[in-house]
Amino acid sequence: MATIDLANFPIRKLNAELHSLKPDTNDTHWRVLNPRGQHAIAVGVDAPVTIEVAGHVGYFCAGMNKQAHVVIQGNAGQGVAENMMSGFVHVNGDASQAAGASGCGGLLVIDGNASARCGISMKGIDIVVKGSVGHLSAFMAQAGSLVVLGDAGEAIGDSIYEAHIYVRGQVKSLGADCIEKPITDRHKAELTRLLEAAGEVDGIDIGSFRRYGSARNLYHFHVDNIGLY
Amino acid sequence: MSRMVIPMSERGPDSTGFAIYGSDKPGLMKVTVRTRPEFDVSSLLSELEVITKVPIEAVSRDTHTVLMIPAGSEAAVRAYIDKIPSATVVGSGRRMEIYKEVGRPAEVVHRFNLGAMTGTHGVAHTRMATESAVTTDGAHPFTTGPDQCLVHNGSLSNHNAMRRELISHGLAFETENDSEVAAGFMTWKIRGGDTLKQAMEASLLALDGFYTFVIGTETGFGVIRDPIACKPAVMAETERWVAFGTEYRALVDLPGIDNAHVWEPVPAKAYFWERN
Repeated sequence: MATIDLANFPIRKLNAELHSLKPDTNDTHWRVLNPRGQHAIAVGVDAPVTIEVAGHVGYFCAGMNKQAHVVIQGNAGQGVAENMMSGFVHVNGDASQAAGASGCGGLLVIDGNASARCGISMKGIDIVVKGSVGHLSAFMAQAGSLVVLGDAGEAIGDSIYEAHIYVRGQVKSLGADCIEKPITDRHKAELTRLLEAAGEVDGIDIGSFRRYGSARNLYHFHVDNIGLY
Repeated sequence: MSRMVIPMSERGPDSTGFAIYGSDKPGLMKVTVRTRPEFDVSSLLSELEVITKVPIEAVSRDTHTVLMIPAGSEAAVRAYIDKIPSATVVGSGRRMEIYKEVGRPAEVVHRFNLGAMTGTHGVAHTRMATESAVTTDGAHPFTTGPDQCLVHNGSLSNHNAMRRELISHGLAFETENDSEVAAGFMTWKIRGGDTLKQAMEASLLALDGFYTFVIGTETGFGVIRDPIACKPAVMAETERWVAFGTEYRALVDLPGIDNAHVWEPVPAKAYFWERN
């Protein structure tokens, strides 16, 4: 296992080492000490390795991640796993705003709460938040799923495209063009798969979730509106 | 506190300021006065002693001097200083002292020797100017009343209209700065009978733009974020202390931070912490 202590090792050097990893690298397990809220830790990794970060991280941790399994043993600042392509990012604490923003793939699991704009513009990433999410989560969400075991703040799913939203707790309000939809067997299977991947197999009743998605009135062109253009 | 503000230098390198809540003396007010470097503070003291009729205890640190004057003479002392072009009252209170200057945190903290100061709590700010010029007057904290100060991260879009309105209510402003307007708004609401909490909640409707405000009081401090939460904020709490930072990097040197509860204040909610 490679151990990097950021108290005496620059972030840029750590990221450069992670970027240089080959697909068949033997350095498959990294442990990063003393993150002390620094930004851009383990950004842009593209290798099948595990990276444990021992403490709270700053902005954009594990951004643009491909393949890697990144575990943050603390809270994450803004934009954790933003633009993730694949892999698995696990925040043991809370995440600040815009967690998983514009992510294209992979799984982001947040054990605590996520602040505003969680999953904004998500494009295929799956996000499981075991606590609650703040306002404007899944704003303009295009694809992927956002699963919230707690509550959701104002205007969830505003201007949503085809992402799936599942919330177990209270939803403060739905955003424009976001509506409640029935949970079919296909959705139950998806929810089960995501909860299992997030390590929440037992004790969670799939039936306690409600599903939200697009009413498809906002992003479809209506010929009646032709005069408006 | 210097170890909290210095790591934030890259967020705002142009001006630095802090309010310290130190010890009080019964019946006395602390008035923080900023003077030009060539200014003769000792002759100002003798002139002011004519007003106070008692000797004034004063502590000078770089460009700032804290005067300890009888509480009843504050209005007269302020009126006298207001007529001196090279001296400005920065703030006053039973315990609050305010220091601020243009410059990076490390430099300003050193100039005032912040490390040697003591108190129960304090508020520090480093600025990246957006709405007005880089001047000492534009540096934070801004005072909002006795023992009260405000720092702001963000940018207000209706500050000119609000400044005009507040001027029509009799408030005076030193700068074109938006944050000074926020401080003036709190002052005006509190003068009108609002509690600080009510004033902060009123700001949610009256002030347009984005902001995280931290407000220092004699006994504690408050935090409020705009409803959209444009600007970051993080809190840390232990049994012994509570701290605010714009980001977690500001908090990493606090004693016991590894076991602190670290969390983000939610938007549009007024938070307060008070000492018993």
